[in-house]
Amino acid sequence: MSSIETLPAAEPTAYYPSPLREFWSAFKRNKGALGGLIFMLMLVVCALFASVLAPYNPTEQFRDFLLTPPAWQEGGTSQFLLGTDELGRDMLSRLVHGARLSLLIGLASVVFSLVPGILLGLLAGFSPTRLGPFIMRLMDIMLALPSLLLAVAIVAILGPGLINTIFAIAIVSLPSYVRLTRAAVMTELNRDYVTASRLAGAGTLRLMFISVLPNCMAPLIVQATLSFSSAILDAAALGFLGLGVQPPTPEWGTMLASARDYIERAWWVVSLPGLAILLSVLAINLLGDGLRDALDPKLKNAA
Amino acid sequence: MSLLEIQNLSVRFGDDGAPPVVDGLDLSVDRGEVLAIVGESGSGKSVTMMALMGLIDAPGKVAANRLRFSDQDLLSLKGRQRRRLIGKDLAMVFQDPMTALNPSYTVGFQIEEVLRQHLGLKGKAARQRALELLERVEIPGAASRLDAYPHQLSGGMSQRVAIAMAIAGEPQLLIADEPTTALDVTIQAQIMELLLSLQRDQDMALILITHDLAVVAETAQRVCVMYAGQAVETGRVPTLFDAPAHPYTEALLASIPEQSDNRRLATLPGIVPGRYDRPAGCLLSPRCPYAQPRCTERPALEPYDRGEVRCFFPRNMTPDEAPEVLPEAQRPSQPPGEHHVQ
Amino acid sequence: MSNEASTGSVLSARELTRHYEISRGLFKPHATVRALNGVSFELAAGETLAVVGESGCGKSTLARALTLIEEPTSGSLQIAGQEVAGVDKAQRKQLRRDVQMVFQNPYASLNPRQKIGDQLAEPLVINTGLSRSERRERVQAMMQQVGLRPEHYQRYPHMFSGGQRQRIALARAMMLNPKVLIADEPTSALDVSIQAQVLNLFMDLQEQFNAGYVFISHDLAVVRHVADKVLVMYFGSPMEMGPAELIYTRPLHPYTQVLLAATPSIRPDPARPKIRASGELPNPLDPPSGCVFHTRCPHATERCSAEVPAFRPLDDRLVACHYAEKVGATNGAPVRYA
Repeated sequence: MSSIETLPAAEPTAYYPSPLREFWSAFKRNKGALGGLIFMLMLVVCALFASVLAPYNPTEQFRDFLLTPPAWQEGGTSQFLLGTDELGRDMLSRLVHGARLSLLIGLASVVFSLVPGILLGLLAGFSPTRLGPFIMRLMDIMLALPSLLLAVAIVAILGPGLINTIFAIAIVSLPSYVRLTRAAVMTELNRDYVTASRLAGAGTLRLMFISVLPNCMAPLIVQATLSFSSAILDAAALGFLGLGVQPPTPEWGTMLASARDYIERAWWVVSLPGLAILLSVLAINLLGDGLRDALDPKLKNAA
Repeated sequence: MSLLEIQNLSVRFGDDGAPPVVDGLDLSVDRGEVLAIVGESGSGKSVTMMALMGLIDAPGKVAANRLRFSDQDLLSLKGRQRRRLIGKDLAMVFQDPMTALNPSYTVGFQIEEVLRQHLGLKGKAARQRALELLERVEIPGAASRLDAYPHQLSGGMSQRVAIAMAIAGEPQLLIADEPTTALDVTIQAQIMELLLSLQRDQDMALILITHDLAVVAETAQRVCVMYAGQAVETGRVPTLFDAPAHPYTEALLASIPEQSDNRRLATLPGIVPGRYDRPAGCLLSPRCPYAQPRCTERPALEPYDRGEVRCFFPRNMTPDEAPEVLPEAQRPSQPPGEHHVQ
Repeated sequence: MSNEASTGSVLSARELTRHYEISRGLFKPHATVRALNGVSFELAAGETLAVVGESGCGKSTLARALTLIEEPTSGSLQIAGQEVAGVDKAQRKQLRRDVQMVFQNPYASLNPRQKIGDQLAEPLVINTGLSRSERRERVQAMMQQVGLRPEHYQRYPHMFSGGQRQRIALARAMMLNPKVLIADEPTSALDVSIQAQVLNLFMDLQEQFNAGYVFISHDLAVVRHVADKVLVMYFGSPMEMGPAELIYTRPLHPYTQVLLAATPSIRPDPARPKIRASGELPNPLDPPSGCVFHTRCPHATERCSAEVPAFRPLDDRLVACHYAEKVGATNGAPVRYA
């Protein structure tokens, strides 16, 4: 056998970072995304350690301190740093516990729509002539209805409450995952490496989950982050309409609803939950943007 | 006086400490001459021409001792003056014709835009001239093509349109960056013939950037071979192909299937060093079969009677050429084992 | 040219044809695109057949038919004597082991999210019952053969250069020791010096594994170097097929002559005839009648637009031209095309 020259490695002895490290170094260059990440981490800490961090029980009513202004205002007291609401409950504690709820709603609704969404999208992409059109028409019908109205309808049928809110939001976000996955799958199916796997004898399952799916994750991760924030908004909207989480559970949207009447008299009862929603959504969106920017170039390089 | 003169051109991306993508390039082109710039990926050949045209944006930095075109100093040109020059006297044709044309506008509109910008032609006169240009680049059915959109044309047609836009201003120098790489071989032959006939008719200088040595052999008068950002050899065609002076040129020629007699192709081990992997001495030394201890210094581009070469031990020299070259007898025979593994 | 006995060939194609139906809207009848029109050849072990042509000639369709990705509309294909049509799923999986492919674009033929060691092991995982350590051993052995280092096992494709990726792709294709390798423009995207390295590797592996190669390319210089036989295709139909040296030194079909005349050479010969094809490739939805090349052929006559020429034997090869005798006539004088 003629000698095949063993080539020296073309790359010098450079250190090759793992994909995670490469991603992190790209991500942390985006200051907005970092800010979003930090805020999210704070929220997670609040959620996890709510009982420890919150000074009071969120449902405990202090009859002597109804509508106390925040500590820095006239009439405020350092006992209730952010004031109290119309039933004398501490705003700070309610906000901290609300973080737990919002994160729970966001996470659960994302998971419950992401997993079926990916599976349906894979099926639709791998079966473009039979199962695919059927699935996509179903999704089209779901998309034809305004998402909030659809959520309201589902909750109206099932009844209000935390679990049903999560369920409704998950159903409403399902079509976008299916579409995204299907689009990504169809792009990747044309690529040579999938053909090469086919030539090696790979069956459909292996093709779906080992060859194609890992390459579709980037847009899905970004979408998941963004729908996290819209889940919080939807939950807040449902809560505001009285259909979502019921009082006295301290969900930010529900807090907004019950404080409607006090906008002029006690601005903090309305503004503080609203601000919490605003900042959370902003943080998550910045995070999602940063994720997309960090994941996309890698995608371009890799492709 | 030559038409184009480049002296010590350097292009850097990133901060000042970053190694240059193009390093100390000297080049000159005379009126009506065809010069080919040959190199593989990473040689810096395209970046050189983009720097010439002023297409390098920050964070890229272009520096040169001299960058002269005709009587204009390209380094000190301001925006408006530059726009009057580029596209008119100095034009460029790119590699991928499908993306070089704007997909939202018709072919006629795009050519007329060039005519309006550089020659001040409008309306009927512009349309007439656009038609003439399309006929000049041998597009069949030119009149109907004026209203065609780029996606309706094939690759070869689109490249002809791109060439028509480039010659619309009657340039003195046309730069063609791999103009036929994306095309089929029969279309390639047609386009190359077209470029040469235009070059002859309009007494236009042509700089052809390519990686294909065979195309160079058939079209160019002079060649500049680039490696890892530097010019390593310049010479005339066909002398350079018959007796290459730089080991890289020699290796490049030897690795072409056409040149080889036996089944195995002669190759250089390793690959072109990236920007950050460059050795301290001669850039080819880790791969060069003739590397000597002296090659840990950087050689300069030295002229000799047939051209220029950047090597301490150039090949194929007759004894009375380049004085510092050791005559064949005194050169120590070095087995190709001493190359550094990169 | 005598056909080799089918029992000796690793790949045997008979009149392979592939037509596509294109719908042109609700009210117009379907158009048929004849991507492949009756290609036949025999390939022996250790032999290289080069398929040469420009865009639209049908070589990618041929590649897909040969690798069993698509079923031909008609015609037969035999891999190592086993007929492909009508086999069941298990047999097809078995046949898959015998035909593998290397693709043109080194940047798209490897899974970006999988370590290359895992990608090299995948054919073994799917087709053999080897244990993990046995697989790893085989992968490392193959990696060494193609010039990769052991630590490359853990790396991802984007950490490799184009030439290295093609080595990895070649290694993956040879993992199961296939009888036939289809190489679809494997070096077109590579620099000249890297191309030389990769071509050397291709030929070394061919010698070692005794595989038959179908080498698809548009680069005639490369083809001349690697091919034993050459098949020239245009617009889905075969134009000329024969031993490589014969095709290069004495081409009989006008299209082959055009291709050779258009290929630039390092040593341009002023005496070389400058034959050019006029015009451009016809529209696949509106193919020419008779001989597919007649719209661009410098020798075309009435007969060429009316009658499809047969792919007939002449002068030790097969050629599809009514006037091949006249076209190839050199009156004794040697004609150098390349």
